[in-house]
Amino acid sequence: MIEFNLPSLGADMDEGTLLEWRIKPGDTVKRGQVVAVVDTSKAAVDVEIWHEGVVHALTLEPGQKVPVGTTMAILREAGESAGQVEAMRKQRSAAKLPPLAAHVEPGTAAVSAPHREAPAAARRPVSPAARRHAQELHVELEGISGSGPHGSVTVADVDKAAAAHHTAPLDRKAEMRRAIAAAMGRSKREIPHYYLSQDIPMQRAVEWLLRENEKHAVTERLLLGVLQLKAVALALARTPELNGFWRGDRFEPGAGVHVGVAISLRQGGLVAPAIHDVDRKSLVELMGSLADLVQRARAGSMRSSEMSDPTITVTNLGEQGAGAVFGVIYPPQVALVGFGRVADRPWIDDTGAVRALPVVTASLSGDHRVSDGIRGARFLTELHDRLQRPEEL
Amino acid sequence: MNAEEMRVAALSILRTIAPEIEPAELVPNRPLRQQVDLDSMDWLNFLMALHRQLGVDIPEADYRKLVTLDDLVGYLLGKQRG
Repeated sequence: MIEFNLPSLGADMDEGTLLEWRIKPGDTVKRGQVVAVVDTSKAAVDVEIWHEGVVHALTLEPGQKVPVGTTMAILREAGESAGQVEAMRKQRSAAKLPPLAAHVEPGTAAVSAPHREAPAAARRPVSPAARRHAQELHVELEGISGSGPHGSVTVADVDKAAAAHHTAPLDRKAEMRRAIAAAMGRSKREIPHYYLSQDIPMQRAVEWLLRENEKHAVTERLLLGVLQLKAVALALARTPELNGFWRGDRFEPGAGVHVGVAISLRQGGLVAPAIHDVDRKSLVELMGSLADLVQRARAGSMRSSEMSDPTITVTNLGEQGAGAVFGVIYPPQVALVGFGRVADRPWIDDTGAVRALPVVTASLSGDHRVSDGIRGARFLTELHDRLQRPEEL
Repeated sequence: MNAEEMRVAALSILRTIAPEIEPAELVPNRPLRQQVDLDSMDWLNFLMALHRQLGVDIPEADYRKLVTLDDLVGYLLGKQRG
């Protein structure tokens, strides 16, 4: 028997609302399959499963808001019968869960209550179209009275509720602000940051990119930001202590180089979902991944693995004109790389002559519990060197 | 397509990238990317959508000619004739 729990979707997300199931009892699921859509303060996230099995039961209903770690579904493993799984569930719930009333104490009620005793209101039938519509309009389904068959909530009911509660999007904005505040507050309380920067001439990279892009139609063009991402990922090979997590008082190296990309959302706030294995992707593949990720982040449809497992974050505020950025590390990560604007500046070349060259200020925010400034400096130097050899990226 | 049709087509494609814009509020002879807050990824997506839907390929060297909405519409019309 496998209990499938709501996965962590990043440091600033500790609860989620189930929007819809993409599976039903009896379905066979495979690793990486999207099984549910969960709404967080930041976006609707496609939740993937990393087990194989057959869906035995769904223990959460759309509309319920639950903390990370709550059991959402029960799966049968290969060779298990439904009867065996039922018996195991009974045994477990008897051992683990005292009656609900005994469990209610401040701060824990929310953890134990929702998935056992759903409020009656949440069981009201809601048509999938109405649910999707409510999500688009940021309307809470709970307060809506249904006018459809058996009191079900229809699209028209959602519209009516949205008109009555036109302040809802503001609440969502406030919720995202609170989530960012919690994660960044924790970062600044717990992580002893150190900051380094280095000016990196970008002439070679810019010229190489222009030549490459000339050869290709608009659909296959690369952005300079993609070269920067790849250079960061490759440079990390020399300083692996910048890539990973701080968990339980020790450093845990990342299993791959999964670079979180800070993406500002049009409605305000930001997310930093991961592109996986950046060091092993070609520039063309990376461009595709980045375009897809930005598009999905803005549309509010990210995958749970992208939210939960970045091993380092890159932020590029140069786009907005900032000369340099010294970022706040996103816990439990241990480093953040920032790129400022690429702009022509006076630069003294190898011959001692002053020339106008495109230059970028790259910065590193490092976690001093894990790495020292000297290692951080080595990383920035490696990053500088990689960006001088764009053809090798 | 005439200039007005081209403007409508370009704006409807732009709305797929930046759904919150109000076409009526755009000043056609002021820099477009600042008014709509397009970063380089948005801009590239916009050009890709123009390519897909209007069949126009805009070389990177021409980006600097496309500052305002008027510039863009003029450029697209020119490409259509050529």
